[in-house]
Amino acid sequence: MLQIADKKFNSRLFTGTGKFSSSQLMEESLLASGSELVTVALKRVDLNNTNDDILHHLKHEQFNLLPNTSGVRNAKEAVFAAELAREALETNWLKLEIHPDPKYLMPDPIETLKATEELAKKGFIVLPYIHADPVLCKRLEDVGTAAVMPLGSPIGSNKGLRTFDFLEIIIEQANVPVVVDAGIGAPSHAAYAMELGADAVLVNTAIAVSENPIEMGTAFKLAVEAGRMAYKARLGATSSVAKASSPLTSFLD
Amino acid sequence: MSFENVISKLNWTDVEQSIYSKNSADVEIALSKTKRDLEDFKALISPAAEPYLEQMAQMSQTLTQKRFGKTIQMYIPLYLSNECQNICTYCGFSLDVKIPRKTLSDSEIIEEAKVIKSLGYDHILIVTGEASKTVGVDYFKNAIRLLKPYFSHIAIEVQPLEQTEYEELITDGLNTVLVYQETYNEENYKKHHPKGKKSNFNYRLNTHDRLGKAGIYKMGLGVLIGLEDWRTDSFFCASHLEHLEKKYWQSKYAISFPRLRPCAGGIELKSVMTDKQLVQLICAYRLFNEEVELSMSTRESAKFRENIIKLGITSISADAKTDPGGYANPNVNLEQFEINDKRPTFEFIKAIKANGYEPVFKDWDGMLQ
Repeated sequence: MLQIADKKFNSRLFTGTGKFSSSQLMEESLLASGSELVTVALKRVDLNNTNDDILHHLKHEQFNLLPNTSGVRNAKEAVFAAELAREALETNWLKLEIHPDPKYLMPDPIETLKATEELAKKGFIVLPYIHADPVLCKRLEDVGTAAVMPLGSPIGSNKGLRTFDFLEIIIEQANVPVVVDAGIGAPSHAAYAMELGADAVLVNTAIAVSENPIEMGTAFKLAVEAGRMAYKARLGATSSVAKASSPLTSFLD
Repeated sequence: MSFENVISKLNWTDVEQSIYSKNSADVEIALSKTKRDLEDFKALISPAAEPYLEQMAQMSQTLTQKRFGKTIQMYIPLYLSNECQNICTYCGFSLDVKIPRKTLSDSEIIEEAKVIKSLGYDHILIVTGEASKTVGVDYFKNAIRLLKPYFSHIAIEVQPLEQTEYEELITDGLNTVLVYQETYNEENYKKHHPKGKKSNFNYRLNTHDRLGKAGIYKMGLGVLIGLEDWRTDSFFCASHLEHLEKKYWQSKYAISFPRLRPCAGGIELKSVMTDKQLVQLICAYRLFNEEVELSMSTRESAKFRENIIKLGITSISADAKTDPGGYANPNVNLEQFEINDKRPTFEFIKAIKANGYEPVFKDWDGMLQ
């Protein structure tokens, strides 16, 4: 079972709440996905309104909220937003997103490291969204991150695991859970990430924007389960060279 | 280098000829690429692209949904003043147009805010004419201070300001600035803006560079469609966008497509853009830039607006009043222009939902800036 900080998860599929055509559909899709950790952009919710539409639809025991700081551009803004979120949403869990570039929403490694250090000291469970940078992952571990969330490809791009080579290194070296975030556009991408040994994946666009988000949520659930099962069962080695049935060296036997 | 330097290297007639000489092969190349440049944009806005409109629309929808989801950002304009020292040939607030002038007081601003808030809006756009003595930076600072408790996102569409003035307003809580060049054709610009500070073409042209340096969160640009050949003007606007995005990479960008509407003192239009051509332009922008916000006002008809949200538009206003004080105390004699889609907000929202989209009222928070 996946454990991050003191929380255990049956599902290794984390989800997002943006881009759905209605809050109702979001709720149904996320329920179908089996997801137990759901990220919500602070900028979308009205923290002063207890009947906020998005939050209202996430009131299920199954869902743990993971507020995210989308929109902040540096560590200072992120820490401020995190503290407000903790107070209003009563959780010290935080998806740290610092992207000063609003076009491609590329995470800022320097500000992210700074903010993670400060937030971890303040008692937050920090899950930072980062580039697939193995050194940064180690630096984040050193300052107390609860997990790392490297991107598979640019956020919202649905391009899959374009950072494959770096994800492999990150997974190999990690002492904290690795959650592949961003770019997962199809259940096969999610399954692939899980086969590689990722501890979880985070999916939003691919579910929200599909023709049938409820079925797509289910498809991702199954793909993540299949990928994890395959990882545990250990995949056979792949080879591009045929194995000769009459080996040249058999005369030595 | 500011945009004034960029534009000085472009020749209007050459650009126009280049757009009109694009052929179907150019369009097909543009459509087949995953990253498109300004030459591709020319092909997509050219007459040669007209037969490809359905394909462009399909692609535009897919790209828009990928980035923005099935959501539409809602905003509403708040006119604070119709005083203006400029003469603009096309505008109902022009100095030479005989209409009563009004600038809202503190209590009137709050009255407006309360009505707008009750309609559900959280993102507002402050609009004024240009009357720097009465409606200058101090007035804007005061207005932002009054409105901040009601709204989480505040934009302004007022006269161009200095970098330091923008910096002050940003500190006070300003999030977005919209400044339309009206037309990028300098000669024609001067004809339409004969008097007032607005007659300075280059001061307006360099506004977005000043905004970028001031560190604005989002800025909007656009041309007033009807003053010039819309294809050529739009190309200049797209070049402007490209210049700004590369230089001020921490800012967000939005494009608007105002087509001239009948107003007091109205003029003959140089070019009339059909609905089909407006769709072409919107889709061309989306194919050129997947991340830019594309915005639409109530200048367009109900039918057009309902359909266009599926094709690339990402933010839209409704229920707009263009007379200062128009939400709490409407007075048509004070308005800038007559809007087209007059449906109340709740009715428009119903239409958005029926089209499979979620109207989003809040997508920013004061705590983030």
